Amino acid sequence: MKRTVLALTLATATAVFALPATAEEQVAPPRLKWSFAGPFGKYDEAQLQRGFKVYKEVCSVCHSMDMVAFRSLAQPGGPGFSEAQAAAVAAEAKINDLDDKGQPIERAGRPADYFPSPFPNELAAKSVHGVAPPDMSTLAKARTYQRGFPWFIFDIFTQYQEQGPDYIAAYLKGYEDPPKGFALPENGHYNKYFPGHNTAMPSPLQDGQITYDDGSPQTLDQYSRDVAAFLMWAAEPHLVQRKRIGFQVMVFLIVLAGLLYFTKKKVWSAVH
Amino acid sequence: MSGHSTYQPQNKFLQWFEKRLPIGGLIHSSFVAYPTPRNLNYLWTFGGILTFMLGVQIVTGIMLAMHYTPHADFAFKSVETIMRDVNFGWLLRYLHANGASMFFFAVYIHMFRGIYYGSYKEPREVLWILGVIIYLLMMATGFMGYVLVWGQMSFWAATVITNLFSAIPGVGDTIVTWLWGGYAVGNPTLNRFYSLHYLLPFVIAGVVVLHVWALHVAGQNNPTGIEPASDKDTVPFTPYATIKDSFYMAVFCIVFAWFVFYIPNFLGHADNYIPANPAVTPAEIVPEWYYLPFYAILRSIPDKLAGVIALFSSILVLAFIPWLDTSRVRSARYRPLFKQFFWLWVIACVGLGWLGSKQPEGIYVILSRVFTVYYFAFFLIIMPLLGIFEKTRPVPNSISDSVLGAKA
Repeated sequence: MKRTVLALTLATATAVFALPATAEEQVAPPRLKWSFAGPFGKYDEAQLQRGFKVYKEVCSVCHSMDMVAFRSLAQPGGPGFSEAQAAAVAAEAKINDLDDKGQPIERAGRPADYFPSPFPNELAAKSVHGVAPPDMSTLAKARTYQRGFPWFIFDIFTQYQEQGPDYIAAYLKGYEDPPKGFALPENGHYNKYFPGHNTAMPSPLQDGQITYDDGSPQTLDQYSRDVAAFLMWAAEPHLVQRKRIGFQVMVFLIVLAGLLYFTKKKVWSAVH
Repeated sequence: MSGHSTYQPQNKFLQWFEKRLPIGGLIHSSFVAYPTPRNLNYLWTFGGILTFMLGVQIVTGIMLAMHYTPHADFAFKSVETIMRDVNFGWLLRYLHANGASMFFFAVYIHMFRGIYYGSYKEPREVLWILGVIIYLLMMATGFMGYVLVWGQMSFWAATVITNLFSAIPGVGDTIVTWLWGGYAVGNPTLNRFYSLHYLLPFVIAGVVVLHVWALHVAGQNNPTGIEPASDKDTVPFTPYATIKDSFYMAVFCIVFAWFVFYIPNFLGHADNYIPANPAVTPAEIVPEWYYLPFYAILRSIPDKLAGVIALFSSILVLAFIPWLDTSRVRSARYRPLFKQFFWLWVIACVGLGWLGSKQPEGIYVILSRVFTVYYFAFFLIIMPLLGIFEKTRPVPNSISDSVLGAKA
């Protein structure tokens, strides 16, 4: 009976895992090394600042980050701008507001404002490429790829939570010519990593497009990694604090569990 | 109650209070002097763990409710405000979201323990049914809580699940419109789900009180399935069970902390970080992991009404187990055939869970059907028949015999 059960389970498992992927085809992006990965991960301030530069000069032309406030640029655990620098970034933005006569005006941004959308409304945003450019506040947590069995089990132990940045970096580098026979619609662009391969956005980045002041390579690969890291910070600004406190909590709990274990043994020795 | 109250407070004030509201005596007889079988294993700690998790969910939930806005235009952003601007808001949110998963993980272990050791059998039938009621309330609470985030998966899961009621012949569509508060999932739906999500955990707490009361009337079951016969078979709850539960609770918290601090979004779905958009349907609509087995059962049946009936039946059938299982032997330890069918059933449950995350096509739907048939067969065919035909192993004379026998 036991052998039958085991045989059945193995047979089923083999049958299932041998199947090709159905539904939306998605090529798994390569796993990159991120400074914020793992239990002691931290954001690399220089990388976040470079990534922010990419966002500001390229992405913000179409993409809002309307849940990220300018002031958060100066918060600890982030790109490490000073309050004055964050205020300067804010001042460059144009924010729709009302004057004290109730008339609509455009004013300079303040640290309390959020990264605005360059479009007045959803329809206008949609009209450029047929799809509204998604807001980038939570984008790095809103994108992932199928890990498949058994890798998603291993991910619990390896703490792999960087599917979003891996996907974004791969996507930005993934524009290529469609393979022969692929029917690409009129306004679409072929991207290796986008599910279904037909993406509305044309390739936004290329080598040498943005000047880095810290001497980092001005390549598409570098831009992609930097902006993906920045977007991860935008989505999860308290990651560093979370992992730091997590370590303290784990140490506490493990010590507590150890003490409780020996206390339990002592108490129960009376009965055994 | 168990009638072992030997509570004699020394303190004058406590004596005065005890005469007026004997809570001290109640706590003493229920959680200090209460006789607990001496042979309970770690699986018996999950009841206490569940009570702890209910407390965690209520506390974190109330604090989240101070900052959350239950309006379709503001809900998603208010959650992000909690994550970014509320002091330790990220911790509250991740504790609550992962706490729900841990709550369900614990309840499944708790239920598997109950089925394996026959804890549902006479005289614990009402205890078991109260547990099924708690489980149903948990499922409703968890579902509505997930909708509150108002991400893509929140919105579309709400659409799918509320649409199930349209399968009811005749009045189905009217019921669904009434549930929605409109002609589609929208702001009225979100608001009423918020109200109910805040209410139900307190209903759960009330049923938990009844559940613990019913437990204390009958006493705990134990791995042998035979009732304690003398004081040799039991130990007082404090300090023995208290310290053992504390240890396992700490271990449970280590697992909980691992998820909260290091992989807080592992159990969630990335699509729920996209604000709800009624005009865009996600590529796949899946519930949280703890509903996946039932989702698989629902989708394995091609007919809509039959699928809905199968879905609800798969939970309601649990309430009838005390009468479906005809065996006179309680614990699977002494029921070799039942043990094997039980483990097959566990494999079916886990398998259905995995299949619930897949599209219902090809081999996935075939396997879902096989596992669904086995799931129901386990309760409706195997349990009744095994009681009649199974040759059980000899049951020990007493609990202390089984404990000492193991040491010999």
